[in-house]
Amino acid sequence: MPIHELTSAYRRGETTPTAATEAYLARIAKLDGELGAYLTVTREHALRAAADADARYRAGTPLGPLDGAPLAYKDVLCTRGVTTTCGSRMLERFVPPYDATVIARLAAAGAVMLGKGNMDEFAMGSSTEHSAFKPTRNPWDLARVPGGSSGGPAAAVAAGLAAGGLGTDTGGSIRQPAAFCGVVGLKPTYGRVSRYGLVAFGSSLDHIGPFARDVTDAALLLRAIAGADPRDSTCLPAPVPDYAAGLPQGLKGLRLGLPDEYFIDGMDPEIDRAVRAAVDVVRGLGATVERVSLPATPHALATYYVIAPAEASSNLARYDGVKYGLRVPGARDLVEMSSRTRAAGFGAEVKRRIMLGTYVLSAGYHEAYYGRAQKVRTLVRRDFDAAFGRVDLIVAPMTPNVAFKHGEKEDPLAMYLNDVFAVPADMTGLPAISVPCGFSVQGLPIGLQFIGKALDEAGVLRAAYAYEQATPWHTRKPALP
Amino acid sequence: MSTMTKPSYEVVIGLEVHAQLLTRSKMFCGCAATFGAAPNSQTCPVCQGMPGVLPVVNRRAVEFGIKTALAFDCRVNPACRFARKHYYYPDMPKNYQISQYEEPLAEDGLLEIEVDGTSRTIGIQRLHLEEDVGKLLHEGTLETAQASLVDYNRSGVPLMETVSKPDLRSPGEAAAYLRAFRAVLVYLGVCDGNMEEGSLRCDANVSLRPRGAAELGTKVEIKNMNSFRNVQRALEFEVERQAKALGAGERIVQETRLWDAERGYTRSMRSKEFAHDYRYFPEPDLVPLEISRAWVDAIRAGLPELPRARRQRFVTQYGLPPYDAGVLTQARALAEYHEQATAALKRAAPSLTLSQAAKSTSNWIMSELLHVLPADDEAAIREAKITPSRLAGLLKLIENGTISGKIAKDVFQKMFASGEDAQAIVAREGLVQVADESALAAVIDQVIAENPKALEDYRKGKTAAKGAFVGQIMKATQGKANPAMVNRLLEEKLSKI
Repeated sequence: MPIHELTSAYRRGETTPTAATEAYLARIAKLDGELGAYLTVTREHALRAAADADARYRAGTPLGPLDGAPLAYKDVLCTRGVTTTCGSRMLERFVPPYDATVIARLAAAGAVMLGKGNMDEFAMGSSTEHSAFKPTRNPWDLARVPGGSSGGPAAAVAAGLAAGGLGTDTGGSIRQPAAFCGVVGLKPTYGRVSRYGLVAFGSSLDHIGPFARDVTDAALLLRAIAGADPRDSTCLPAPVPDYAAGLPQGLKGLRLGLPDEYFIDGMDPEIDRAVRAAVDVVRGLGATVERVSLPATPHALATYYVIAPAEASSNLARYDGVKYGLRVPGARDLVEMSSRTRAAGFGAEVKRRIMLGTYVLSAGYHEAYYGRAQKVRTLVRRDFDAAFGRVDLIVAPMTPNVAFKHGEKEDPLAMYLNDVFAVPADMTGLPAISVPCGFSVQGLPIGLQFIGKALDEAGVLRAAYAYEQATPWHTRKPALP
Repeated sequence: MSTMTKPSYEVVIGLEVHAQLLTRSKMFCGCAATFGAAPNSQTCPVCQGMPGVLPVVNRRAVEFGIKTALAFDCRVNPACRFARKHYYYPDMPKNYQISQYEEPLAEDGLLEIEVDGTSRTIGIQRLHLEEDVGKLLHEGTLETAQASLVDYNRSGVPLMETVSKPDLRSPGEAAAYLRAFRAVLVYLGVCDGNMEEGSLRCDANVSLRPRGAAELGTKVEIKNMNSFRNVQRALEFEVERQAKALGAGERIVQETRLWDAERGYTRSMRSKEFAHDYRYFPEPDLVPLEISRAWVDAIRAGLPELPRARRQRFVTQYGLPPYDAGVLTQARALAEYHEQATAALKRAAPSLTLSQAAKSTSNWIMSELLHVLPADDEAAIREAKITPSRLAGLLKLIENGTISGKIAKDVFQKMFASGEDAQAIVAREGLVQVADESALAAVIDQVIAENPKALEDYRKGKTAAKGAFVGQIMKATQGKANPAMVNRLLEEKLSKI
C-alpha cells in the first residue's frame, strides 16, 4: 500500500502505525532472509517511533502525510546511534553520532525507520552484488539483481518490506534500481536536498532521493526532505513547493523531447518498444513530443568514470584506521596500519575506483583526464540547456536492459554501461525520475525516465504522475508469498 | 653578516607565512578555535572528518582574510574557490586539507620593510585561507613511543597563508619582513602573532644565483623555524651552506630541509622525487565564494591605522624623532601604551607641550619599559602593572621636581613589580627630592669640609673634582637632592672658596 493510502487509513482509524510497522517487520522477518534488502533492521527503534505516531493519531494531531510511514533508508545515510556501514567492512561497526539531515527531517515528519538498506559498497556498483555483506535479490526474479547501488531499499519497497525509502544517486543509483524493481525512483536537482550525513562517494554527483510505490509518495517524500540546510553549502535556498498538490495538473500543453542518443545499438528491443509505447501514451495525454539531440551523451559515461572516481579517491582517503571504522591490528607503523586497513576494509570495486581516481588526479595526468572530463561535463550541460530551450521535459528510457542475473556482468565495463542513460542527469544535476512503463516477456519491470530543468521536480513529477495514472504498471506486484 | 662572505652570489628568499586567525570558531564548523583546551574537547564530526559531514565556510575568517589582504594592498578577487590538497597524515582527519589553490582569496600585494635604515618594498604573491591540522602526541619520544595519540582541537582552526614574492635578499630582510608582517596582523587583530605557540608559522624558499643573473637558482624549502631569531639563524645557515656548495662546484638539490634549532643546522627532510603530489581539485562540498565590492569596501572603511601610518603620525603629531616613532609603533600594544601615557602626562602636567610629553614617555618606554618587556609581547605590554597612566604619574613627579630622574628609575622598578602609584611609593619611602636651599647648603658645606683632598684638586684646576663633590652630596642625601640646585649651590660655594 502506498504511504498516502496507509496514512489515510491511520487517519480514518482503520489501522495504526504500530500495526503497520509490525506487519512490515513480520514481512521482513519472513522474506528478507532470501531477499537481502536490509543490512540492519531497527525493530525497537521502529516500534518506538510507531507508538509515538499512534499517540499523535489518537490525539488527532498527526504531523502530516508521512506520520507513521515505515521506511527503509540506504545504509549510506548516517543514522544517529544506528550502524551505518555503507555496505563496507571498513564501516562495519561505525555508529554515527549524528543523523543525516534527510533522516532528521523524515523523523520530524513522523516517519518510522524500519532499517538500513543494502547497497553496493560505498555506492559503487549497479547491482548490489558489491555489498561486502550479502547480495540483494530482485523481488521479481530472485536469480536477478535489483540494480544498484541502492538495491536494498528499492527491493524492499518493491517487495512490500517498506512503504517507501531513501536512496542515493551518483550515477543512476536510485533510478536504475527503481527501473529494475518496478518502483518509482526520483533523483532531485543537485542542491535540492541536503547531503549532510550522506557518506560521500562523488560529492559533486551525489544526490539523495526517494523510492516510492507511486508518484504521489515520491512527491510527499521529496517535499519532506528538500530545502536549504545550513550544514550543506551546496544546498539551494529555493522554496520547496507542495509537489503533491501540483500533480493533477496533467500533461496538456507540455512539450517533451525524445533524445535520439538514448536509443542505442545493443539496447533491449523490449525496452525500446515499451518506451515508445509510453511516449504514445504521453502524447495521448495532451503533450507534444519531438525529437531532440543531446550529442555529448555518448561521452557522458566515460567522463563520469573520471570524475566520480577522482572525487571518491579523495572522499575515501579518510578511512585509514586512525579515527573510526576498521583498524587491522598488528601493524608496526602508521603506513602499515593504514595500508593493511585499507587492503582489508575495501572491496575490489572500491579499490579499482580509488586507483582510477588517484591516477586521473595525478600530476602529469590531471589535465588530460580530470581537466578534460570537467570540460565534457560542461558540454553535457550545454546539450540540455539547448534542448530545454525547445522542450519542457526530456522523456527517455531509464536503462538499456532489464534486470540481469547475479554474476552475469563480471566485466566492470559491461556493468558500467547499465547507467548510460542515468549518468547525464547526475553530471548535470538535473532532476530525473524513473516510473514503471511495462514488463518484459519474462515479467521484469521496465523504467521510463523523465528529466526536467533545474529545480523543476514539480514538472518531472507531474509528467510521471499523469503517465502513471493512465497506465496499470504501478499496481502490479511481484509474486512473493 | 655571513651572506656577505660570498659576494659572488645573490641571495633570493621567499617566505610562506601561516597565521592562525583569531576567530571564535573554526574554519568550517562551529567548534571553538581557542588554544590550550583539554585534548579533543573542541571537536565535532566535521573537524574530526567523520563520514558524511560537510564543511561550511566561517564568514569571519573570510573577513579577516580580506582585512589582511587590504592592509597589504592586495587585489581581493571577486570570486575564489576552495580546493582539496591531498596527503596522508594522521593529524589530518580527512587526509586532505581544504585550502585554496588556483583561485585564492587575494593576490598581488606588498609590504614595506626597513633594514639598517633603508626601506624596501617586498611583493606579496597571494593570500589564501585554509584549515589547520590536529596535533600528534607521543608518549616519550617519537622513536620509543608505543603509540601516538591525536588531538583534533586544532584541526579546522582557520589558517591564512600568505606567500611573498622571491624579493627578499638576505636573512636580515626575511626577519624584517616577518616582523613587519606580524605587526600588521596584530594591528588588525586577526592573529595574536605568537610564533612559539605556533599561531604564526613561517617556511622559507631559499636559493642563490650568481650576481647579475636573471634566472633563479635551485630553491630549497626550509621548515620548522619557530621564532624570529630562528628564521634568521636558519636562513643564515642555509645561505652559507648553499654558497659553500656552489663554491665547491656542487649542485643544489631541490628539497625540503628542516631547521634544527638545537644543533644549529638544516637537514634534508625530503627531496623533490619524494615530494607530495597533492592532487588538488576544487572542493565540491563548497560553492565558489563570491566577494562583493560592497563587502570589501565596508571592510576597507573599518581598517584600523596600520604600523606605517601610525609611525608617520607619531612623527608629525608628536614631533617624535623617526627612530622613536619606529620603535614605538612596531607593535600595536606598545604604540597604544605610548599614546595613552602621553595623553595622561599632558593632562597631569599641562605646562608640558604635547611634543615634550611624548618625548618624555618615549624615553622612558624605550629605556625602561622595553628593558624589562619585549616590544612585541602584546599581552605583556597590555597587562603591565605599570600602566600608561601610572607611568605618566611617575613622569609628572620628575617634571614638578618632586623626585629626581635617578630616583624615578628605582621607583619605576618598584611600580613595575607592584603596580603601585609612583606617588604612594615616593611618599612611603621618603623619596621626595631635597630642594630646600638652606638644608642643601648645609650638606654641601659639610661635604666640602670632609673632602679636603678633593678641594685641593679643584683648586689646582681639576674641574673633575666637582663631580666627586656631586656624588658625595647625592650619597649624603640618598639621591634625593635636586641635581640642578646642587649644581648651582656647589658652583657658588666653590667660587667663593
